[in-house]
Amino acid sequence: MAEVQVESKVHGLGYSRKRVEDARFIRGQGNYIDDFKMPGMLHLGIVRSPYAHAKIKAIHTEKALATPGVLAVIDGPTLQKYNVHNMPTLMSDTQMVLPIDTVKYQYQEVCAVLATDRYTAADGVAAVEVDYEPLPVVIDPFKALEPGATKVRDDKESNHIWHWEWGDKDKTDQDFDNAEITVKENIYIPRIHVASIETCGCVAKWDATNTHLTLWMTTQAPHAIRTVVALITGHLGLSEEKIRIISPDIGGGFGGKVPAYPGYVIAVAASIVTGAPVKWIEDRTENLAADSFGRDYHITAELAGQKDGTLTSLRFKTIADHGYTDAAAQPSKFPAGMFHICTGSYDFKSAFVEVDGVYTNKPPGGIAYRCSFRVTEAVHAIERMTDVFAQKIGMDAAEIRMKNFIQPQQFPYKSALGWEYDSGNYPAALRKAMDMIGYEDLRKEQAEKRARGEFMGIGISSFTEIVGAGPSKDFDILGLKMFGSCEIRVHPTGKAIARFGTKSQGQGHETTYAQIIAEELGIPAEHIKVEEGDTDTAPYGLGTYASRSTPVDGAAAAMASRKIREKAKKIAAHLLEANEDDLEWETGRFFVKGSPDQGKTIQEIAFAAYTNHPQGMEGGLEAVNYYDPPNLTYPFGSYICVVDIDRGTGQVKIRRFVAVDDCGVRINPMIVEGQIHGGLTMGFAPAMMEEITYDENGNIHGANFMDYLLPTAVETPKWELGETVTPSPHHPIGAKGVGESATVGAPAAIANAVVDALAHLGVTTIDIPITARKVWEVLNQHGATLEE
Amino acid sequence: MSRHHITVTINGKTHEADVESRLLLVHLLRENLNMTGTHIGCDTTSCGACTVQLNGKPVKSCTILAVQADGMELRTVEGLATNGKLHPIQEGFHEKHGLQCGFCTPGMMMTSSALLAQNPHPTDDEIRQAISGNLCRCTGYMNIVKAVQYAADKMAEGG
Repeated sequence: MAEVQVESKVHGLGYSRKRVEDARFIRGQGNYIDDFKMPGMLHLGIVRSPYAHAKIKAIHTEKALATPGVLAVIDGPTLQKYNVHNMPTLMSDTQMVLPIDTVKYQYQEVCAVLATDRYTAADGVAAVEVDYEPLPVVIDPFKALEPGATKVRDDKESNHIWHWEWGDKDKTDQDFDNAEITVKENIYIPRIHVASIETCGCVAKWDATNTHLTLWMTTQAPHAIRTVVALITGHLGLSEEKIRIISPDIGGGFGGKVPAYPGYVIAVAASIVTGAPVKWIEDRTENLAADSFGRDYHITAELAGQKDGTLTSLRFKTIADHGYTDAAAQPSKFPAGMFHICTGSYDFKSAFVEVDGVYTNKPPGGIAYRCSFRVTEAVHAIERMTDVFAQKIGMDAAEIRMKNFIQPQQFPYKSALGWEYDSGNYPAALRKAMDMIGYEDLRKEQAEKRARGEFMGIGISSFTEIVGAGPSKDFDILGLKMFGSCEIRVHPTGKAIARFGTKSQGQGHETTYAQIIAEELGIPAEHIKVEEGDTDTAPYGLGTYASRSTPVDGAAAAMASRKIREKAKKIAAHLLEANEDDLEWETGRFFVKGSPDQGKTIQEIAFAAYTNHPQGMEGGLEAVNYYDPPNLTYPFGSYICVVDIDRGTGQVKIRRFVAVDDCGVRINPMIVEGQIHGGLTMGFAPAMMEEITYDENGNIHGANFMDYLLPTAVETPKWELGETVTPSPHHPIGAKGVGESATVGAPAAIANAVVDALAHLGVTTIDIPITARKVWEVLNQHGATLEE
Repeated sequence: MSRHHITVTINGKTHEADVESRLLLVHLLRENLNMTGTHIGCDTTSCGACTVQLNGKPVKSCTILAVQADGMELRTVEGLATNGKLHPIQEGFHEKHGLQCGFCTPGMMMTSSALLAQNPHPTDDEIRQAISGNLCRCTGYMNIVKAVQYAADKMAEGG
C-alpha cells in the first residue's frame, strides 16, 4: 500500500490530474497565432478564384496599389522568379502556391496583397481585378474517369492519379464464387472539413542580417514543416539551421493543420522580400473552401460468407476524389493510407481492396478528419456491411459480431490484409456495451414498436482502429522515419523539463506527458514542465496527428525516463555505497534490498548528479529518446446507438449512445473521457450534419458556418461512456492512443441504427449525413410517411 | 472613411478611441487595445468565439461595430476574474475539464456566465440552449454543461 501512496503523490498514470494548460486559457491568456503582433508587421490578404477552372488572362493591380497602405501584390510569376510558385505534396504530386496562368478550383489562391493592416489588406484584395476565361470543369470523379473527360491537369495524361490494390485477389474471388451468401452496397463517405474553431495562419519574420527565418504557424508538425521549407527554399540559401518553426497554442487541429498551405509560403516569401514580419490569417470561408478536406470516398463494398453468419471474404473497390492534386497529408507507404484495416474486428479468411485516385476541379487534400489515414472510411464500410450481411440472413447485429470477432486468444493477430493487431478483447467490449444499454430489452421494445408502426433502431459499431504512426517499415515523411521523441532534463533540485517532437492542439500534453514521467521517475507531475512546438529547442519529431502522441512520443517519454533511472541507479549506488545490483526501485526512490530505510530519493540523486556524482561519470541527469515503434497500436471499442425516427418529418433523434472504449492503459482518465466526448461529437457530425458538396460548375456549398453545419450543444447527444482495458503489449506503458477512436467508430453506429429502424421496409443502406430529408424520402418511397 | 471618437468602459476601465466607422468591436479589442482573449472563429455570427458581454448581455463582437458600443459597458474574458480571484465559471471549466484547445472557451464563459446572472439554477437543457450559439469542436459539450453547473453551485454557495 505504501507504494500506491507514493504513486498518487506524484500524480502518475491513472490519475485524473487537472490540466496545466487551463491556467492561461481560462484567463484569455492563450497565445494563438492571431494574437502575435510585432513592430512593423504587415498583413497578407489573398485574392481567390470565383471559378473552379479558368485561365487567368490578366491581373489588374493598379487600383489595389493605389489604395493607401497597400504595399505590393504578389502573383505566381513573381514567385516563379524564385522557383517557389509550386510546392511538392507529401504524395509526390505538385501543388501551386500561386498560379502562373490557370486556376483549378473555386477559392484557389490567385494572388496576394500585402498591406499595413488587415482592413487595408482586405481593401486591396477587393480592389484587385482579374480577367478570367472560364474553362470546362469536371466535378464528378466517375465522369472524370470517362474517356474524353475534361482533363484537370495539363501535366498529366488523364484524371486517373493512381491505382492501388492490396490482398490476395485470386483467393478472394474464389471465396466469393464459393460463398453461400454475398452482399454488395455502394457507400459514399462524403467530403467534409475539420473546421477547427481557429482557422489557419502564420507570422513569418525574416531576419536579413542573420539570414534567419522564424515562422510562427498553426502546424501540428513543426519539425516536418521545417524540413519541407528547407527542401523548398534550399536553393535560395535558406537551409534548415536558419529556419525556426514555432507552433504556438493551437485552436484545434484534427488533421487540418498538418498540411503546408500556400498562404504560409506566400507569407514567407513576402517577409523575405520586404524584410518586415508578415501575418496571414484565414477567414472562415477560406478555411472551409480552400484548406484540405477529409474523406470523399466512393466505396463499392462486398462481403461473402455462410448462411450461419460466418464471414469469410471481403472485397472493396473505391474511387477516391482527391481534387486537383493529390495533397493527402498522410505518411504511410500506401496511397490510400491504412484503408486496408477494413477487415476490422473480424476474422476474414481472404480480402482484397483496390482504390483509384482521381483528379477533379475541387480543392486538394485527403487529410484525416480526426482519424488515422482512411481508417474511418474503412471502419464505416466494414461496420455497415456487417449489418447488411446480418440483415440478409436475418441474424441479430450483436450475434453476427460475436460470431465473427477475432477472439482474445488469437492476438497477436495477423489480418487477411497483413496488419498485425497487437491486442484486443472484442467480445468483452461489446458485451459491456450491451449490458450498459440493456440491449435485449431494447430489441423487445423495438419489436413492440414496429408492430405499432413506430420506427426505432439500434445500431452497433464494433470498430478496430490502427494508430501511432508509425513503424518505419510502414511509414515515412520524405524518407524521414516517424520517430517519437522526448528529451528530459532533471534539474539539480529534482525538478525537470521535458521536450517533445509533438504538438498539442487541445489534447493536454503539458498535463499527461508529465504524468508518464512522474510515474517512471517518481518526480511529482507538478514539478515537470512540458514544452513542445519550437523546433529550436524540441527534439526532432513528426508532430501530433493520427492519435500518435501517446503511442509514439508517450513511449519516448517512458524510455527517456528509464534511461535517466539507469543513471540515477548508478548515482544512488555511489551515494549508498552499495552495489547497483543490490538496489531496488520504488516510485521516486532507490533503496537497498532488505533495508528499505537505506535509500535515496530521485531528488537527492538529482542533486548529487550535479554535486557528487561518481568519478568518471558525466555530470548532469538528462536523456533523450527517439522511439521507432515496433508496431502500430490497435485501440478498439463497441458503440451502441438507439434512434427514434419521426414518421412525419424523417427527423432522427438519438435517444441513447453508449460508447465502450478500450485504449489500453489510461494515463489520465479525465482527459481520455474528454477526448472520447469530443471524438463522438465529431463522429456524430458527419453522420448527421456535415457535408461539403459542389454544383456542376464547381461552386462550393458549405463555405461558411451557416451552410456547413457543426453540431451545437442542442443537437449533440448525451454520451454514456464505458471502458475495458487491454494493454498494448509492445508499448512501454501499455497505452494505445484515444483521440480519434470515437470519431472513427461513431458514424457507423448511427447509420446502422437508422437502417435498423427502416430495415423491415427493405432498406439496406443510407449514406451519411443522415438528414431528416433523406430519411423522409426513404420513408416516402416505401409509403411509410405519416398519413394526414 | 469617417472616424468617430468613442468611449467604452471595458472591464471597469474607461477607454477612449478614434475609430473608423467600419471597425468591428472584436477588432477594437484585439487590434487597437491588445486584448486578445476574445477570439474570432467565423465571420458570420455562427461560432460565438468572439462573445463578450455588452451591458450584461452576451453579444458576438464580430457582428457589432465598435461605434455601436460607444458609451456602453463591456466585459471580456480578461475581466472575469476580480482581484486575481477566478470567477466561478472559470473554476468550473478547469475543474470539470470543460475546455481542450481553449479557443472557444472565452466566448463560452462569457455566454454561460451571462446565463447564470439571469438564471442562477439552470437545467442541463437550459444550459445547452444558452450555449447553442457557441461552437466547440473539442469537448462534445458534455463537460461544458458540467462546468456551468459547477459554477451555478459555487455561486449559490456565495463563491
